[in-house]
Amino acid sequence: MNSNTNRGRIRVLIAKPGLDGHDRGAKIVVRALIDAGFEVIYTGLRQPPEAVAQVAMEEDVDVIGLSSMAGSHVPYCKRLKELMVEKGLDDKLWMIGGVIPMPDQAALRDLGLDGIFPAGTRLEEIVEFINERVQ
Amino acid sequence: MTTQQYKPRKKIRGASIKRQDTERPVFNESGIEIRKTYTAEDLEASGGVDMVGLPGEYPFTRGIHKEMYRKRPWTMRQYTGFGNPEDTNKRFRFLIENGQTGLNVAFDLPSQIGIDSDDDMAIGEIGRVGMAVDSLHDFEVAFDEIDLEKITVSLTINGSAAIMIAMYLAMAEKRGYDISKLRGTAQNDILKEFIGRGTWIFPVEPSIKLVADTIEYCAHNAPKYSPVSVCGYHIRESGADPAQEMAYGFVIAKAYTDLVLARGLDVDEFASRLSFNFNIYGNIFEQVAKFRAGRGLWAKIIKEEYGATNPRSMVLRMIAGGGGSGLTKEQPEVNIVRGAYYALISALSGAQTMALCCFDEAYTIPSEDSQRLSLRTMQVLIEEMGMCDTVDPLAGSYYVETLTNQMRDRMEEVMREVDEQGGIVKMVAEGSIQSKVSAQAYELLRDIESGEFPKVGINCYEMDEEEPEVEYHPYAEDDARKQIRRLQTLRAERDNAAVESTLAKLVDDARQGVNVMPAIMAAVKAYATVGEMTDALVSVYGRYNEPVRF
Repeated sequence: MNSNTNRGRIRVLIAKPGLDGHDRGAKIVVRALIDAGFEVIYTGLRQPPEAVAQVAMEEDVDVIGLSSMAGSHVPYCKRLKELMVEKGLDDKLWMIGGVIPMPDQAALRDLGLDGIFPAGTRLEEIVEFINERVQ
Repeated sequence: MTTQQYKPRKKIRGASIKRQDTERPVFNESGIEIRKTYTAEDLEASGGVDMVGLPGEYPFTRGIHKEMYRKRPWTMRQYTGFGNPEDTNKRFRFLIENGQTGLNVAFDLPSQIGIDSDDDMAIGEIGRVGMAVDSLHDFEVAFDEIDLEKITVSLTINGSAAIMIAMYLAMAEKRGYDISKLRGTAQNDILKEFIGRGTWIFPVEPSIKLVADTIEYCAHNAPKYSPVSVCGYHIRESGADPAQEMAYGFVIAKAYTDLVLARGLDVDEFASRLSFNFNIYGNIFEQVAKFRAGRGLWAKIIKEEYGATNPRSMVLRMIAGGGGSGLTKEQPEVNIVRGAYYALISALSGAQTMALCCFDEAYTIPSEDSQRLSLRTMQVLIEEMGMCDTVDPLAGSYYVETLTNQMRDRMEEVMREVDEQGGIVKMVAEGSIQSKVSAQAYELLRDIESGEFPKVGINCYEMDEEEPEVEYHPYAEDDARKQIRRLQTLRAERDNAAVESTLAKLVDDARQGVNVMPAIMAAVKAYATVGEMTDALVSVYGRYNEPVRF
């Protein structure tokens, strides 16, 4: 895990769910969020839902962000949602970005995803979204 | 020697109609300043024409064959695979019926990272981004009724490449092909997987040991097979500039070469079977110069540094294709046009094989229609545009020749930088190369967002868009269940004593540090699964612990 720790700032977890290894986007978002003044914890690749929920709890994050490029996000988020409820993390701001096909977006919103940021989203849009939602 | 001074990377990359000031300096992505006009003096100052030569002759700058496309156009090899092996076999045959001349196999992520379809980690991933493979049986189905002499097969596989190469060879052998004459390619470039794409399994050292095992095994048993396709491609996709893309590919190829030489093979016994995979998006002239420069540089390295004497060892054989990072989600039809320019770049660059990203790939796995459109894009170039008439048509252009010299100098400079930092294996293991390219990717996106780096549909000529009509590729839960059932049937019906003993031998050979390919071949033929063989190797090698850096 990598984190730049400083109390008092918004804490964001960026995770790569599932088995996919395309992390260019995740790393770009990590850098942009750090530049925007957030504390960022980046998990690295191949994180199962259990690990993401665990790190989110241990690191006491305000935001859980997933970067998905290979399509397995709906079954993944179903499992993660269960764990978030179990661990009392379901009040956290929950976001996903990457290749998120239109037909999946409704399913993800139903699961409780607060923000969906498909490829092509401007970085400042992600930053503003977090700033507006996390007080 | 060049008189060109390389300046630090500047933000102004490429002239744009938005910039009316003609006196502002213009740089290409590799950081080379582009002049308004090129003359014989510029070419002379950049090093002249010493490295140009003739097609088919050292240093091969102009191409690796004398007659090139007049004799045979590039191989068309669209990246394909999804669902279970039956689905993929059907799409393979569709592409072949539409004039495709090679296959490029996409594997699902469980297969790529060495886990079976019934593993918990495979849930939701079976057959999703490629075809699911658990055992030799799946290869038999996937290549059913495909003529493996007429259609060469490229396996896009890395972490589990040693296993998949063995499966391919075993499948061909079973069908009666003489593997000593069998052609084909595996990607099998694990060092770049640590930098981008991420399908590593074992730690860095045993991972590259496995690559050397496959090269050594093929040199002795399947000498026409290309066991490695070194990929600058994905490093470029991860954020490298074009000169870095090729330079990093070469330092990686050298790392594998050094390992194989240390086993006592002669460079001429295997260098001709090393192949390469590079990207084609970006500035047309920079790309063409990159490929021409790369051919000359690789030939020089293999001849002068490694002492090869066979000219076939010195040639840079390559697939030049893809271009995914150049495509946009915005105005996706524009990707069809980009794809056509990328194909032109690849043809002008003298590629042996071409594959194009499809226009809908930012949305979904390409449909039959969009894959056929990519094939037709290449076929139009071959049949209508005169691309096969003459070799290296841009040779002799003051601009292209000057830029070729400058790109080669820049690549050598990047290779020196890697050496100074302790070599590519060390940089990969500590994660420093990963950080470097990811920092560049961030910088580039910032430049695109600010409009400094023009991108049509993103920072110029934007439109208010409705969600485009895209034929989404469905995820077939039924296929996944079928794959699991087939695997369970296999486990019940195969000779499990033979599986156990071949796996035990594999563990033993891995422990002894000998070449594990013969043991993998035996296990594959006993229908051991990808997961079982991977676990056997993990029990000795351990798993890679990713240095999490960004």
